[in-house]
Amino acid sequence: MTALLEAPAAPPERVRSTRSWAAALGLLPFLGYMLVFLGGPLFFVISGAFSDPDGRPTAANVLASITEPQYRAAFLSSLVLSAVTAVIGAVFGTFLAQAVLIGRPDSPLRRIVATASGVLAYFGGVPLAFAFIAALGQTGLATVFLRGIGIDLYAGGFRIDSLTGLGLTYVYFQVPLMVILITPALEGLLPQWREAAENLGASAWTYWRHVAFPVLAPALGGATLVLFGNAFAAYATALALTSGSIPLLPTAIASALSGNVLANQQNVGLALGFDMVVVIAVVMVGYLFLQRRAARWSSR
Amino acid sequence: MTDVITAPQATERGTAVEFRALRRTYGSAHALDGLDLALKPGELLALLGPSGCGKTTALRLLAGFDTPTSGQVLIGGKDVTGIPASKRDTGMVFQAYSLFPTMTAAENVAFGLRMRRVGAAERARRAAELLEVVGLGDRGGSYPHEMSGGQQQRVALARALAVSPSVLLLDEPLSALDARVRVQLRDEIRRVQLAEGITTLFVTHDQAEALAVADRVAVLNKGRLEQVDTPQEVYTRPATEFVAEFVGVTNHVPVEDGRIRPGADTRQVRPEGLTVGDPDGLSGTVLTSTFLGAVTRLVVTTEVGELIVDVTSRPDLPAAGEPTTVTLAP
Repeated sequence: MTALLEAPAAPPERVRSTRSWAAALGLLPFLGYMLVFLGGPLFFVISGAFSDPDGRPTAANVLASITEPQYRAAFLSSLVLSAVTAVIGAVFGTFLAQAVLIGRPDSPLRRIVATASGVLAYFGGVPLAFAFIAALGQTGLATVFLRGIGIDLYAGGFRIDSLTGLGLTYVYFQVPLMVILITPALEGLLPQWREAAENLGASAWTYWRHVAFPVLAPALGGATLVLFGNAFAAYATALALTSGSIPLLPTAIASALSGNVLANQQNVGLALGFDMVVVIAVVMVGYLFLQRRAARWSSR
Repeated sequence: MTDVITAPQATERGTAVEFRALRRTYGSAHALDGLDLALKPGELLALLGPSGCGKTTALRLLAGFDTPTSGQVLIGGKDVTGIPASKRDTGMVFQAYSLFPTMTAAENVAFGLRMRRVGAAERARRAAELLEVVGLGDRGGSYPHEMSGGQQQRVALARALAVSPSVLLLDEPLSALDARVRVQLRDEIRRVQLAEGITTLFVTHDQAEALAVADRVAVLNKGRLEQVDTPQEVYTRPATEFVAEFVGVTNHVPVEDGRIRPGADTRQVRPEGLTVGDPDGLSGTVLTSTFLGAVTRLVVTTEVGELIVDVTSRPDLPAAGEPTTVTLAP
């Protein structure tokens, strides 16, 4: 064997260990940040959820958070609202992203949609709620305009502060978020897959069904889960739009913590918070699983 | 070099293909400028040229992935210019990464048959048979990401052949592979092509690959055909200056009465057409000496310029910096 083919000598153990310590030191600020802003609040929520107002351990708060009718209703509304807006956002977002990607990479439309999605995906909270009230409220601009051309939304039973109105408002930020999340996966569909499928006799539909969709499925599932979590945790938009008239988990937590409905419900509020943490944790685990599957196809 | 590669053995089983006055323009750029080219039934024709010469455009026009600005594409005498790619009855192997990643090797090979509604049992039988043909009989259950680049290209070849197409299209199928696998797969493509007797268009920018594998080589430059002939003719009798320069290395040597004479009319001479060490030769100094295995390539500075000389490797060859002489090889 020549010298060129020999494996390079391994660095001495002591040097490697010093290097790994130095690398770990670099993580300290991040770990500190995580501890203060994630670990601390999480500990506070969990310990409060499993304690009574006097600090004695109990499971009664968590049981109440999932058995009492008003909390079950809030839980159900939040789940339905999040699931429906996630699916609608995912479908429309995927179509929009694909429609834009068909054009040239440097087309102005592509740049405009990418930039607009980046802005609108995070345009939530109070400003968004007021924008929708101004547009689709009882005397909103769009409502008045539609009434002028013979379409009376409110006569048809629509209300901006209803679950439907809230869902419509959520879709406004869910669609652009989906565009941001799914565009890289759509860009990952290689042109030669389509051409190979076409060459082998596949139509556009059979290509999407047999080739593109199976490749995209993990990314689509993962992105939909992120949209679900995004809607599930939204608080300010719901509160500003409905003033708490629709029972949702985030607004129920706020009411319980501030004692708006009943006194001494702070621990139940924390138990509701714990329920939310569990749901989001399940979503994150599902997302990570799907991301790993998506990565399988990209490890060419 | 094996006889499998060098001997032109086109069969009469395949389908004829013809490009007639084919033109493809993108704005003011001419990707193809009136290409007239015919492939005989069962032959392997290599379309050779530098990047941007129009060779891939020609292949894509034949596959149906692009539409010509004018002209016709004929397969088996039938004008297919307006027929979509899915109905052209061609099989294509792409440069790389064209296998469907969520399908196993066997499912990839069977995909075209599935599109033709062939039954599951027959699909599985044909896929297993073709994977055997390309030497991957035991990898039917593997996913593309579990296979090497060479194995993936073998599966791609099996997939293209599974539907028994009239024409096989190879779009630089070896360019993403390392040198050893490249030669192996090149030989294998030729073996399978001959066994199937399928008319094949092999697009490549690698002249050695084209010369080694093809029955005939068509050299393209700037969208125009420079020469179509057997590999031997293209190499030994290049029709144009471009072909001489592109296909192999060429020296411009002043020759008179079979000897190198400064001031005489220049001739194109391949590196193996020159030799060193004859006392009556043109004096020069070795600039570089590169050992290439069986041959050593010397670059010699002479009064007629730098000459590239390929000589059989031996210990007494002059080293870089040493004086030598250059003559035409006998």
